[in-house]
Amino acid sequence: MADDPLVIAGREFGSRLILGTGGAGSMALLEQALLAAQTELTTVAIRRMDTGERTGVLDLLARHGIEPLPNTAGCRSAAEAVLTAQLGREALATSWVKLEVVADDRTLLPDPIELLDAAEQLVDDGFTVLPYTNDDPVLARRLADAGCAAVMPLGSPIGTGLGIGNPHNIEMIVSEAQVPVVLDAGIGTASEAALAMELGCDAVLLATAVTRADDPPRMAEAMRLGVQAGRHARLAGRIPRRFWAQASSPARD
Amino acid sequence: MNVLVNGEQWVLPAGSTVADVLERLAVPSTGVAVAMDGAVVPRASWLRTPLRPGALIEVLTAVQGG
Repeated sequence: MADDPLVIAGREFGSRLILGTGGAGSMALLEQALLAAQTELTTVAIRRMDTGERTGVLDLLARHGIEPLPNTAGCRSAAEAVLTAQLGREALATSWVKLEVVADDRTLLPDPIELLDAAEQLVDDGFTVLPYTNDDPVLARRLADAGCAAVMPLGSPIGTGLGIGNPHNIEMIVSEAQVPVVLDAGIGTASEAALAMELGCDAVLLATAVTRADDPPRMAEAMRLGVQAGRHARLAGRIPRRFWAQASSPARD
Repeated sequence: MNVLVNGEQWVLPAGSTVADVLERLAVPSTGVAVAMDGAVVPRASWLRTPLRPGALIEVLTAVQGG
């Protein structure tokens, strides 16, 4: 059944699953997973180059027409994140950035103060900013007000696979959002990707759940279907929850 | 002159430019970004941007992540 495209900053995407490239065991497996996910946008990190190093992941993405979305992973301050975003823009000739400013290695939770500061600076510098944020409706609103093109709240901490810890917060973010909401981080399996979409998210971004699964291409397929199932369920409108049973067959005369 | 390239000490002839660093690193020219002393050096300026003695140079690209 047809669905509207995902629109971020005026750009249309047929796929509502954004697959990160981190954690894949090999380039071949990553390629199969990306294709199975049918993703059109994928995150990449910006790192120091070694002598003679090739840009393998970029060649792979270019071959399949998948748009790279540079991130600022590993940045701890607004200043670091802004410079990394500018380097990503220079390297990839894109003004889009997945903005990550994390507070510490143990939780990898966003540092809200540095995040908002970096978002404001990057919006002023002409970037299309997609911030990885806490599942805090107030912070999400502040980021959207600052001019971010989407907000990307976490379901649970990066790489934990704990799913969506606070579904009500995600629903509150969705209900207020003037920009697309992308559930980013914490997804462990396909039912959780479906739940994100049922809660009203516009898209799901995940990496670890696919790249570290026993069979990454198959999990990528599962995530693609999960996102589609959740999206259809959201659009179809679920029945209200009832306390007592309600017969679905007609009563006998 | 001494410069620090991706955390390593390099000795380069006086007058070397950002482009010379990239040539010595033998990396592709696309998909790459350069920062000197914490500021981006745009691709169009690589050939005519001299290195400052003691400069901190970062050469970066996109890798799997996130």
